[in-house]
Amino acid sequence: MYKYDQYDQAMVDTRVEEFRDQVRRRLEGHLPEEAFRPLRLMNGLYLQLHAYMLRVAVPYGTLNSAQMKVLGDIADKYDRGYGHFTTRQNIQYNWIKLEEAPDILADLARVEMHAFQTSGNCIRNTTSDQYAGAAADEVVDPRPYAELIRQWSTVHPEFNFLPRKFKMAVIASDTDRAAMRLHDIGIQIVKNEAGELGAAFYVGGGMGRTPMIAPCINAFVPIGQMITYSEACLRVYNRHGRRDNKYKARIKILIHELGKDEYTRQVEAEFAHLLTQNIEPPAEELERIKAFFADPPFETGITDELDRSDAAFARWADTNCLAHKQPGYIAVTISLKPVGGIPGDASADQIRLMGELARQYSFDELRVTHAQNIVLPHVRKADLYALWQILDANGLGTPNLDHIGDMIACPGLDYCSLANARSIPVAQKISERLAPREAEIGELKLKISGCINACGHHHAGHIGILGVDRKGVENYQLLLGGCEGADTSLGQITGPGFDEDGIVGAVEKATEVYLANKQGEERFLDTYRRIGMAPFKEALYG
Amino acid sequence: MAEVQYRFRDDEPVADPGVTVDSFGAQSNAAAVRLEPGDDARALLPHLERLRLVEVNFPVFGDGRGYSSARILREAGYAGELRAVGQVLVDQIALMRRCGFDSFAPDQPLEPADAEAAFARWADVYQPTTDGRAPVWAKRHPGAVNA
Repeated sequence: MYKYDQYDQAMVDTRVEEFRDQVRRRLEGHLPEEAFRPLRLMNGLYLQLHAYMLRVAVPYGTLNSAQMKVLGDIADKYDRGYGHFTTRQNIQYNWIKLEEAPDILADLARVEMHAFQTSGNCIRNTTSDQYAGAAADEVVDPRPYAELIRQWSTVHPEFNFLPRKFKMAVIASDTDRAAMRLHDIGIQIVKNEAGELGAAFYVGGGMGRTPMIAPCINAFVPIGQMITYSEACLRVYNRHGRRDNKYKARIKILIHELGKDEYTRQVEAEFAHLLTQNIEPPAEELERIKAFFADPPFETGITDELDRSDAAFARWADTNCLAHKQPGYIAVTISLKPVGGIPGDASADQIRLMGELARQYSFDELRVTHAQNIVLPHVRKADLYALWQILDANGLGTPNLDHIGDMIACPGLDYCSLANARSIPVAQKISERLAPREAEIGELKLKISGCINACGHHHAGHIGILGVDRKGVENYQLLLGGCEGADTSLGQITGPGFDEDGIVGAVEKATEVYLANKQGEERFLDTYRRIGMAPFKEALYG
Repeated sequence: MAEVQYRFRDDEPVADPGVTVDSFGAQSNAAAVRLEPGDDARALLPHLERLRLVEVNFPVFGDGRGYSSARILREAGYAGELRAVGQVLVDQIALMRRCGFDSFAPDQPLEPADAEAAFARWADVYQPTTDGRAPVWAKRHPGAVNA
């Protein structure tokens, strides 16, 4: 895992001092809210319905146990004993006091963490594949490239006041586990025929009001020019992105209006110019960072078998664990989606426990996934049963990865001032209603947003739910057929929306249509793609 | 017109206010120009030799186009005065310095103690710009050059 040196530490320490000064000026009345707002946003502090929310960055979703334990302690010390893991691999706290925010940042800085640019119109925390370093199918570990981007994007002097927020993701395998093409810039690290590494740039994806799948604008930027190319992409956007309407200000709209070819032409011209400016970190810097991501000292010659005699354990292992590149090891996903729970929430005790389990069982490493779960990436198969028993005894053993209970939901109207409808109660009801049939239904990704800003990724759900306000009443639209990953597609609305109880029944009906039409090993999404919308509409409205 | 509150240059300031980009093209003797956020800084590149002052206006501090305008001029070798004008706030001046601004004429004068703290705050920077400061990666790898 990456370790800060004196420079990285000085950056976060300076940021704490800067923000403490800004908060002091705000509280003393020298800094008006209008000027303070973007500053607090760039330090992760967002004003919700009832209190401030603090979003802490977990760069590319990777954490060690000491960091995880501090995240648990912060939940106790400054919040109400809970943390909420987010769809961008971060964690947020929903009940924060402005005057305590600088102290939280100081606590984070002591374990090499921060909240740099987790909100605001700037380059956000860069996300990656939650199985990086463990997955068998990666070309390289994508995290060193994400760390290079983290440093480049931190307090970038030119890009703190972009037209709108800017999200980047880096992956290094053909199986996209980070929804890369739904980012402002998605980078896939690839190898060409000569065996050289390069970065394929996908630019202009996103969800929100106008969901778009990013087109590839350059299939192979030499790896030693990745930062320069990113800077070119950003500069064209900063100069020409729309600023007259915040709903049309994301880069996807610029690319849509200019056309991909014209945007690409401008980026290539800017790139040619920037290559003369020597802004790219040297290869030595990438090598320095890579050394931190070397494999942990895996044992060899250990058992590659699981004892499956406990049926509950076997079900969990089959559902929540992924094959590891190293024989004898397995990657474990801890579901933060217990039946009837709040998706992505964990108590302070659970957070600290997961940190401790990472220390004992996973070479001190954890990952946060964009589906709001936690991964222990490197667990010995011989230890898996003991680990599961501890997880299960602490409400962390739900066997539902990528099943209907493993849903993504935004905070919705329970917390968020932008929301039109509540998401959490809908998620809880669906979870409770369908839990008994979960194993039968199989892989089904359900995603719920409480407004068209789409923080719950409803466009990318096999089943998506969008909460809207219809004449003062919460109403829920149903979407089918969305998907992230290599075969990214956007969901289609079935028809008129439903009330809160109606949407729960509608989801159940959609699963029944699937089960009645399923052929062979088809997943819900496969059946939908084969039979189309009509049979679902018939069942829902017929 | 707002007073210049900070100026990091020793040469004699240009007395004339900047003209618009449109009229600059027509007035072959003007030495000062004012860039609005929507103006293309690259339109000035053929005239850098005779330019002594470029004012970059920030009508609202949240419009960040002026940062790119400044870097484009400096990257092209512009060595004259680059002045940030308009809604120039104390929490943005360190970023502006990095992008090449070397004078500041805020609509509302800055609190001197806050401004001095802001200019001095960041001992290290991650990105190279034309301000001459060595980025962190250069300090980590003295003598390394990118291929």
